[in-house]
Amino acid sequence: MMKRLDRTCLIALIISVMSVVFCALPAIAAQPQQKNIILATTTSTQDSGLLDVLLPIFEKTTGYFVKTIAVGSGQAMAMGQKGEADVLLVHSQEAEKKFMADGYGVNRRLVMHNDFIILGPKSDPAGIKGSRSSIDAFRKIASANAVFMSRGDNSGTHAKEKSVWKAAGINSEGQKWYQQTGLGMGQTLNVAAEKKTYTLADRGTYLALKKNLGLDILAEGDAVLLNIYHVIEVNPTKWPKVNSAGAKAFSDFMVGRQTQDIIRKFGVEKYGSPLFFPDAGKKEDALGK
Amino acid sequence: MDIIIEGIKQAFILLFTLDPEVIGITWLSLKVSGIATLISLLIGVSVGTIIALTQFPGRRIVISLINTGMGLPPVVVGLFVTIFLWRNGPLGFLEILYTPTAIIIAQAVIATPIVMGISLAAIQNLPANLRLQILALGATRLQMVWILIKEARLPLLAAIMAGFGGVISEVGASIMVGGNIKGYTRVLTTATVMETSKGNFDIAMALGIILLLLAFFINAILTQIQQRERPR
Repeated sequence: MMKRLDRTCLIALIISVMSVVFCALPAIAAQPQQKNIILATTTSTQDSGLLDVLLPIFEKTTGYFVKTIAVGSGQAMAMGQKGEADVLLVHSQEAEKKFMADGYGVNRRLVMHNDFIILGPKSDPAGIKGSRSSIDAFRKIASANAVFMSRGDNSGTHAKEKSVWKAAGINSEGQKWYQQTGLGMGQTLNVAAEKKTYTLADRGTYLALKKNLGLDILAEGDAVLLNIYHVIEVNPTKWPKVNSAGAKAFSDFMVGRQTQDIIRKFGVEKYGSPLFFPDAGKKEDALGK
Repeated sequence: MDIIIEGIKQAFILLFTLDPEVIGITWLSLKVSGIATLISLLIGVSVGTIIALTQFPGRRIVISLINTGMGLPPVVVGLFVTIFLWRNGPLGFLEILYTPTAIIIAQAVIATPIVMGISLAAIQNLPANLRLQILALGATRLQMVWILIKEARLPLLAAIMAGFGGVISEVGASIMVGGNIKGYTRVLTTATVMETSKGNFDIAMALGIILLLLAFFINAILTQIQQRERPR
């Protein structure tokens, strides 16, 4: 009698577990796919909190569901190249131009800008405060052998930083004072603050994190430090699975008037100054002048 | 020190005010890791028991592979699952990348070898002539296996705890295959990573504390079952 009971128990257990698993899986997976948009973007748009404000509005008005994958601009474009994202919101000028020239993207549109700033500890061991240009500041950091914390992740910020090193004629790779985190902007700022090093950051993320950092802005305002965000739709002719209608809707939303107004006001209340400046419809060359 | 106190305070505020986002994240963590553990249990215990009770050529190599799998790095699992689930990857037609289902799959892959390895050792550890005794008393093979599993229930429950503990605390695979999408695939560990990178250390701490409480709660229940009646 006991043995039969045991076997019934065993079978009942197996059936119940199996049914839980097989009922639960499709229920969770049952999301209408054409309604999904994969947005590959930089960490700064997420870490600054901007997307948390914009996406609910977009989702409510259009009915799309946006899957935000926040990675560096480099990885975001790599996802676009493989057709694994529908739309990109990135800030890496040269890489974007190459991406467009290679035919991976369509309809690259200017969304907003802010700027990069050179940060460091209050003590400023390399004495870069008051440098006339970012190239000057970078040269001083290098000649003082002061530690510089780089993103090192092919992000837009990393690309900008490399272009400044190049313009300054300094080969920073492999130098003892040049360290790379391989992390997002927020985490890199935390590392730089903890180790009291210099770093390059976008103003939006810096302002959002400022309260815990203890890093000061030591150089800013140079025209080469402009940080420009574009929205790019992934080319559907290369990748038929791309949700091109959704990508277009998102792109239109980002340059729309209501969105641009929200961008203009975003962060003013909390940080005292805007984190991003809306630029829809402007010419790229006209920025920062 | 302030940040620790602030974190503990935040954790209780978030818990007791039933913050809907935090409750959602916690529930998703529990659901995803729970289902993943169930799947790993089905595969792990059955395959582990079969290997423990049979002899075949290459058995030691298979056991070595399982034991190695107990230490599978979650990021490596995450990377492989991502590549398989890409739209243009071999399983792309399923369209489940960046969904909770994808996290369940990745976590089940991580937990299965853990459960399998411990089950295998547990069944092997039973006295060899116990099997003969059970069979001699007229039990069928299925009944024998069921009795053996019941005999080994202490280490088998430990296997569940190890498997669940491995996946609820894992972040590398969840962030890769889930994407940390707000209100959809954001679980406790990925939310903790994101809040840390946003500089919200108090909220990150609070999420960490909630994760620990959750793990403790689940393990307390399992331990209760495990220790209920000590074998004579």
